[in-house]
Amino acid sequence: MNVSFYEKLWMWASGALIIAFVTTILVGLAGSALQPPSHVETIDPTKVWSDGRFQHRGATLTPDGATVVIIAMMFAYQPAEIHVAAGKPVTFRLTSADVTHGFSIVGTNGNTMVVPGYISQFTTVFHTPGEYLVVCNEYCGLSHHLMSAKLIVEGAQP
Amino acid sequence: MTRADRRPREVPTASRAGPRFTEKLAQAHLWVAVLAFGIASAMALMQALSRASLDLPWRTAGMYYLSVTAHGVLMALVFTTFFIMAFGYVVVSRTLSREPAPRVLAWTGYWLALTGTLATTGTILSGKASVLYTFYPPLMAHPLFYIGLALVVVGSWCWSAVMLLSYRAWRRANPDAPTPLAMHGMIATVIVWLIATVGVAAEDLIQLIPWSLGLVPTIDPVLARMLFWYFGHPLVYFWLLPAYVIWYTLLPRVAGGKLFSDPLARLVFVLFILLSAPVGFHHQFMDPGVSAGWKMVHTFLTFAILFPSFITAFTVTASMEVGGRAKGATGLFDWIAKLPWRDPLFSSIALSMILFAIGGIGGAINASFGMNAVVHNTAFIQGHFHLTVGSAVALTFMGAAYYLLPRLSGRELELGLLARVQPYLWFVGMMLFSISNHMTGLMGMPRRIYDASYGGSAAAAAWRGLTGISAVGGVFLFVSAGFFMLVMIGTALAGRRREPEPILWAEPLSPEITRRTVFDRYALWTAIAILLVIVAYAYPLWAHLRMARFGSPGFSPF
Repeated sequence: MNVSFYEKLWMWASGALIIAFVTTILVGLAGSALQPPSHVETIDPTKVWSDGRFQHRGATLTPDGATVVIIAMMFAYQPAEIHVAAGKPVTFRLTSADVTHGFSIVGTNGNTMVVPGYISQFTTVFHTPGEYLVVCNEYCGLSHHLMSAKLIVEGAQP
Repeated sequence: MTRADRRPREVPTASRAGPRFTEKLAQAHLWVAVLAFGIASAMALMQALSRASLDLPWRTAGMYYLSVTAHGVLMALVFTTFFIMAFGYVVVSRTLSREPAPRVLAWTGYWLALTGTLATTGTILSGKASVLYTFYPPLMAHPLFYIGLALVVVGSWCWSAVMLLSYRAWRRANPDAPTPLAMHGMIATVIVWLIATVGVAAEDLIQLIPWSLGLVPTIDPVLARMLFWYFGHPLVYFWLLPAYVIWYTLLPRVAGGKLFSDPLARLVFVLFILLSAPVGFHHQFMDPGVSAGWKMVHTFLTFAILFPSFITAFTVTASMEVGGRAKGATGLFDWIAKLPWRDPLFSSIALSMILFAIGGIGGAINASFGMNAVVHNTAFIQGHFHLTVGSAVALTFMGAAYYLLPRLSGRELELGLLARVQPYLWFVGMMLFSISNHMTGLMGMPRRIYDASYGGSAAAAAWRGLTGISAVGGVFLFVSAGFFMLVMIGTALAGRRREPEPILWAEPLSPEITRRTVFDRYALWTAIAILLVIVAYAYPLWAHLRMARFGSPGFSPF
C-alpha cells in the first residue's frame, strides 16, 4: 500500500496518542485501583420497602465513615436530606421503587444510575464541608426536573 | 477492461421524459428525511428556551418531554435513516451504473419504514409515548410506539438487502474490479447497521412489544439497556459512515482537488466494520448490574475506534489542501483561503469537521470512565452529541442535500443565498449551544430537564447565564434549519428546470487501486466483526441471564 510519508507520520502519532490515553487509564487502574464503577446485586423492585437491606434508610455513621441507604422513586429520594462527615469514606447504596433514576451529587463525581431490580453502590469521600444539591439525571417522568435531595457534609469548620 | 469500467462515473441520462426509478426512489426517501428534520428542529427551539427557564406560551412539562421524545426520534432515527437510505440508492445508481434492484423490495422497505415512522410519531404526538428516544424500560409507552420502531427497522433491512443484492449483481459482472470507493463506504454502513440492529430488534420484539401489550407482566431493565447500547453505539457509526463517504468522495472535487489517499479511505471503512459494535458498555459505565471487568474491555475497544477517525481527519484535510494548491496557493496556510467557502456543500463539510474535532475530544473524555463519572447524563452529553451527530452528520447531510436535490430533481437550487449562509449560522449556533452545554454539564446540570431552577438552589443558579447562551444558540440553529427548509421546499416548487448536472466522484491523487483487493472481502470482515462481538458480549450476556433477576412492572408517568 502506497502511503505518503506525512500520512504515515500522522498515523504513528495517532496510534501513540491512543496508546497514551489507554496508558493513563491503566496507570489509574494499577496505581489507585481506579476501576469502572460497578456493583452487581439484585433486589425485587416490587418489595423494596420491606426488603431488609433498605429498612434503615439514611446515613448510618460508623467510626471509619458512613453507609447511606436511599430509595429513589418518582419524584423524590427517601430520605430527602442526608448528613455525612467530611473526610471519611461514605458508601452509598441505592435502588429504585419504580422506574430508572439517576443520582448525581452536583459539584462532585458522585454519580450513578439507579435501576429497578438492581442495587447501585459506590464509595466516595467528601473533603469540603457544605450543602450539596443531589439531582436525578435520568428522565423518569413529568416531574423529573423536580426530583432532588440535599446532602450535608459536616466538618470541623463550617 | 476500460478505464470507465473500473471507476464508473455519472451515467448520462438518455431522456428527461420522466424521473428515472432511482431519482424517484431517492427523492421519496429524501423528503421524509427533510420533513422529519423540519418538525424536529421546531421542537428543539422550544426545548432550548425552556431549559433557560423562559416562560413561553404553552410551555408545560408534558409538552417539553413529549417534544424531547419527538426531537430525538425524528432526528436520530428518522432523518438520519431516510437520508442514508436515499444516499445509498444514489451511490448504487451512480457508482455501479445500475438501478437498485429488486425494485419491489426497495419500495416495500420505504413504505414499511414510513408506516412505522407515522405510527411512532403519531403515538408520541398523542402524548402516549413520552419515553424519550432511548425508551428505557420500565418507562412504558403505548405498544404502537414500539411496533412502529420495529417497522422502521424492518424497512431499513429491506434497504440493506437491496444495497447488497445490487452490489452482488455488479460484482458478478465485474469480478476483478475494485468496489467504487463510495459504494465501499456504503457497504460498510450496511454491514454496521445489520450487526447493530440485531440488538434493538431483540429488545423490541422479545422484551418491549410483548410487555407493552400485557403478554408478560415484567421486564428486566438492565438487559434492555445492554441490548439498546449494543445497538446504540454502532448506530452512531451508521450515521457517521455515510457522512465520511461524502467527505471522501464528493468533497475533494468540490474543493477543486483530489482524494489524498484511496487505500487509506478503504482501510478506514473496514476498521469501522470491525470495531463499531463491541463497545456498547461505555454507555453503561454508571450502571449497576454490569461487571467492572467487561466495562474495561469495552473501554479499550472504544479507544481503538478513534483511529479510523484520526486517519479521516488527515486524509480529508489533505484533500482540501490539494484543492487549494491546485488554485495556486504556495504558502503554509494560504490554501485555506483559496477553498470554495461560498459553496454550501464545501462549507457544510469544512465547518462540520471543525465541530466534530471538538466533539471527538469530548468523546475521548466520555470514554474514560473516571472523567465520565463527572459528566455522565449531564448537559455535557447533549453538548457532545450535537457536535457529532448534530453537526458532523446533520450539517454534512444538509450540505449534501443542496448538492443532491438539483441533481435528482432536475431543478436548480432556489434561494442560493440562504443556502450559502445556512452552514455558517449552524456553526455559530452550535458553538454557542454546545460549549455552554459542556460547561453547565461540568457544573452538574442534568440533561433532559424541563426547568433548571431546582427550587432556587445556589448550585442551579450558577448555570443560569450559560443556559441563556444555550438558548441563543438554539435560536441560531432554528433560523439555520428554517433556511434549509426554505431552500429545499423552494427548489422543489420553484427551482428552474434544467438538465441535471452529473454527480462527480473524487479522483485519487496517488496511483489508484485497479484490481480487487483484500478491502473488498466483506464476508471476511463481517465474520471478524461478529467474532469481536461474541468476544465482547457473549460472556457478559450469558452471565447476566444466569443471574437471579427480578422483573419490573411498567410505569407511564407522563
